[in-house]
Amino acid sequence: MRVTIEEDKCCGAGQCVLAAPTVFDQREEDGIVILLDETPPDDKLAEVRQAIRLCPALAIKVEV
Amino acid sequence: MRRVVIVGASAAGLAAAETLRAEGFGGTITLVGEERHAPYDRPPLSKQLMSGAWEAGRLALRDQAALDALGAEWRLGVRAVSLDVAARRVTLENNDGLDFDGLILATGVRPRRLPGRMPAGVHVLRGLDDALAIRDALAAKPRVAVIGSGVLGTEFAATARGLGCEVTLVGQAALPMARQFGARIGEMIAQRHREAGVALLPSTQVLRIEGADHVTGLRLPGGRILPAELVLVAIGSVPTTGWLAGSGLDLADGVVCDAFCQAAPGIYAAGDLASWWHEGYGRRLRIEHRMNASEQGAAAARNLLGAREAFRPIPFLWSDQFDVKLQSYGLFPPGGEIEIEPDAAAPGRFVALCRVEGRLVGALGWNAVRALRQARQRLAGALMADA
Repeated sequence: MRVTIEEDKCCGAGQCVLAAPTVFDQREEDGIVILLDETPPDDKLAEVRQAIRLCPALAIKVEV
Repeated sequence: MRRVVIVGASAAGLAAAETLRAEGFGGTITLVGEERHAPYDRPPLSKQLMSGAWEAGRLALRDQAALDALGAEWRLGVRAVSLDVAARRVTLENNDGLDFDGLILATGVRPRRLPGRMPAGVHVLRGLDDALAIRDALAAKPRVAVIGSGVLGTEFAATARGLGCEVTLVGQAALPMARQFGARIGEMIAQRHREAGVALLPSTQVLRIEGADHVTGLRLPGGRILPAELVLVAIGSVPTTGWLAGSGLDLADGVVCDAFCQAAPGIYAAGDLASWWHEGYGRRLRIEHRMNASEQGAAAARNLLGAREAFRPIPFLWSDQFDVKLQSYGLFPPGGEIEIEPDAAAPGRFVALCRVEGRLVGALGWNAVRALRQARQRLAGALMADA
């Protein structure tokens, strides 16, 4: 899978980090998402989908 | 179950529809929305859309391809007017009847208004059309008066001030957002607004709106007039339950549900509208925040399909005002004890913890996202062993 983020949409809620901590992190100064892994292993797909569902800013996309 | 009707086509209704499909529901899904717009995101209305940073198209919650992939029937721009629980039927204002096996209620809230007819220039802010009208009016740099110093009023005041308008925030409360976060945080928010040049009129009752065709100002106690060409009325909201009167559902505060978001057999509620029993807090909650709409829409859909999972989220809200990013998890009930943990490495950033009888119930971050996430874990542990 390939994960992409739109930084300028991100509102810094941090739900993605809670859902998929090996894929996402947040910048300390403003909470904007950091993509740790653009191509996570397949067993992370459920976590990534959960992050997409929870993201209030719709800033995450995944191509499988 | 073959036919699911979802009344309310915003964040909660959309999450419910998507969850039904994700869980394998293959029957018909009908979404009813009173606004003509496809589902869109509301938090940017008072922020990015209002400031002009974003155009309306960016608010779409899903693109057309994703909406098409749901395979749902959309009834937009039409209001539901009644529910017959026994006959399993929702009736729309055009007299169409929608028969259902399962129903999800997600009609949200509408803004509370001042009584009487209002002159032009007096606005409420709930939907995209409201926001676009206000944004257009702000272009003329009117003097702005905001009535109500809760989350929406305070946030709008910051945005209008950022656009260069003269702004006065008039609140009945002594401090902005004090009902949400208590006096200590309220004082800090007030301070940030004063620094940015927002005039604050706390503990002030507005006696009437002045102006015949167009608003000219607010009449305040003591014969004082606050001049304004644009007024935002942000005095809270009321659940959209009028259409459910006579349905037999318990409408004491929104739609009253059990711990599973169920209002009656096969009938669930989600989002701003739904009051439900939160097992973690051991009390009834009704939450008017964006994250809850999505989470509860999904939970209601799963339970409609038979999951029987109690809905016990950690409530989350955020607000952006000037350079301050406020985020909170949990609750800040009146009488809660606030403890502020400053970030030694970064002046001006902190996490505030709220405790009731020694138990951690809420945490707020002031430009402190990472520290707040750590506090969230403590909160989860305090609230519910399995969260």
